[in-house]
Amino acid sequence: MRYLLRKLGFYLIAAWVALTLNFLLPQLIPGNPVEVLLTKMSQAGPVPVGEQQVLTRLLGLGSGNIFDKYWQYVDGVAHLRLGLSISNFPTPVSAEIGSSIYWTLVLVGTATVISFLLGITLGALAGWKRGSRLEAIIPSTTLLTAMPYFWLALILLFVFATNIWHVFPQGQGYNYDSAITVGWNAPFIASAAQHAILPALTIVISSVGGWLLGMRNMMVSTLSDDYVVAAEAKGLRPRRIMIGYAARNAVLPSVSGFAISLGFVVSGAIALEYVFSYPGIGYQLVTAVGNDDYPLMQGIFLVITLAVLGANLLVDLLHGFIDPRTRLSR
Amino acid sequence: MSVPNLLTAAAEPGQADPGVGEGLASKIRENLRSPRLVAGAAIVGFFILLGVIGPFFVRDPNAITTAIYARPSAAHWLGTTSIGQDVFAQLVVSTRASLEIGVGAGLLATLVSVIIGISGGYAGGIIDEGLSLLSNVVLVIPTLPLVIVILAFTKANSLSALIVIIALTSWAASARVLRAQTLSVRNREYVLAARASGERTWRIVFVEILPNELPVIVSNLLFAMIFAILTQATFAFIGLGDPTLLTWGNMLNIAYNAEALSSGAWWWFIPPGACIALFGMGLALINFSLDQLLNPRLQVYRARKPASGRPTAGQA
Repeated sequence: MRYLLRKLGFYLIAAWVALTLNFLLPQLIPGNPVEVLLTKMSQAGPVPVGEQQVLTRLLGLGSGNIFDKYWQYVDGVAHLRLGLSISNFPTPVSAEIGSSIYWTLVLVGTATVISFLLGITLGALAGWKRGSRLEAIIPSTTLLTAMPYFWLALILLFVFATNIWHVFPQGQGYNYDSAITVGWNAPFIASAAQHAILPALTIVISSVGGWLLGMRNMMVSTLSDDYVVAAEAKGLRPRRIMIGYAARNAVLPSVSGFAISLGFVVSGAIALEYVFSYPGIGYQLVTAVGNDDYPLMQGIFLVITLAVLGANLLVDLLHGFIDPRTRLSR
Repeated sequence: MSVPNLLTAAAEPGQADPGVGEGLASKIRENLRSPRLVAGAAIVGFFILLGVIGPFFVRDPNAITTAIYARPSAAHWLGTTSIGQDVFAQLVVSTRASLEIGVGAGLLATLVSVIIGISGGYAGGIIDEGLSLLSNVVLVIPTLPLVIVILAFTKANSLSALIVIIALTSWAASARVLRAQTLSVRNREYVLAARASGERTWRIVFVEILPNELPVIVSNLLFAMIFAILTQATFAFIGLGDPTLLTWGNMLNIAYNAEALSSGAWWWFIPPGACIALFGMGLALINFSLDQLLNPRLQVYRARKPASGRPTAGQA
């Protein structure tokens, strides 16, 4: 229980820091951003009454001293008044993000889980069978992990979509041309899956090496521990020693290292979605940057950060579950 | 994500500390024969040479010619771009700026991590609590979205601004490793002896503690450099870099937007990414050998291998 409260407390603080950063950062915008935004909006269509106030508060430029401004900002965010998007005027930012977040969640989530499981399994095997052919692939994983996601995406696109074999679509989330409606129907799901293969493959190829290497190193360390030797001496079946004794303990640093890794995957996914014009939140962020769409950028930064924090909280709880020691100590 | 995983592996207390001092010289000699270290050093050395002296020997990277999308040939080693610029010349000039960002941001991030990690670990108490909280919060907030938002808001894209922004968002993982390391070194006998003999705090930190953590710091520095180059390449690719500054990421951005893919100009977008991957691999290989040096458990087991029955087991 204490472990749980401590973790919750930490993530609350982290979320507060993210919120405060989101309040402070727009102060860096030179000039008067509200004026600029309103001018752009009025070119795109009639600006609703009250939008000026929402923008002012959102960008931390409200009235009074800094605490008043902060309070007005928090009040606005708490009521989900995130302003209107400029890239797609006059859609509210919350609706814009709501339409893109699922694409990223499904793509990045699925690919990360696949990559984690694959890397952990291969790493455990490589650490277990030292000197086998599996060990030989380890140097190549260093190349894979140093490779930028988006560059691998470019190559996969070049090879499998645009120039050599035309087996996969060139990008986007699903086939926009045909009469496919978004929803739970077979044609849409099939089309979306087909469009997700190359992006997902990119994530798996570039992130699997790190999991593999970390797991393999921990596995090697664990195998020389006394309890593994004792298990061998007891005559337990090798498979049981590998999975139940060595791998179970070796996986713990990988699980607790998930926090940093998820940040990498999310970062990689932003450029990746840009390459594939994938309708997720990363592509939306790049578009927002191109259009100087400050409200949308702020909203996306907040949502991405909170999502990463949430995922880490889940993983930490899972860690407490698979490693009873963390629940007792600290 | 070898970066975080190796870091967390190194953070396991008691794993990287034994044998740092004793027999290090002989181990280094032993490892000089290791193909990994030699390959890593050769790759990194090649890129440093390319970045430092290369730009003096190539033609003007921005010179526009009529040879549009020329394939690689004797005249243009890596072909030309959509407006006839020489890709090889661009690559060499980009190498210099990319390395500057990697070295600059890597050094700065490592410096911040050393200050925060060691002072937290050594001071303990409320200072440690505060600095740990700070590191963990910075660690858990995803770097790239933050960097993108900062760059988009400030419109800063000068080389020094990029270096500072990357460094200030990427020091946290190293600081955590160094804190753990300091915690374990702090109560060793020689530190206690130094404290008992009345040495000043700064002397204990700089003379007793810091040298013992140097290998970890170097390892962190290598990763910080890879990370900085990758981060810069990513935001340059999505169009947030200085468009006049040639870097590997910027070349990729220009190539992508000039439809190099659909034009089949693979010689334009393959080399910059390959440079990033190769240079990163070179640094990682050096780090890998360093890890073998510092983590005796990775070696001890290898010596036991022939006697063990494990290699034949578990063929599920």
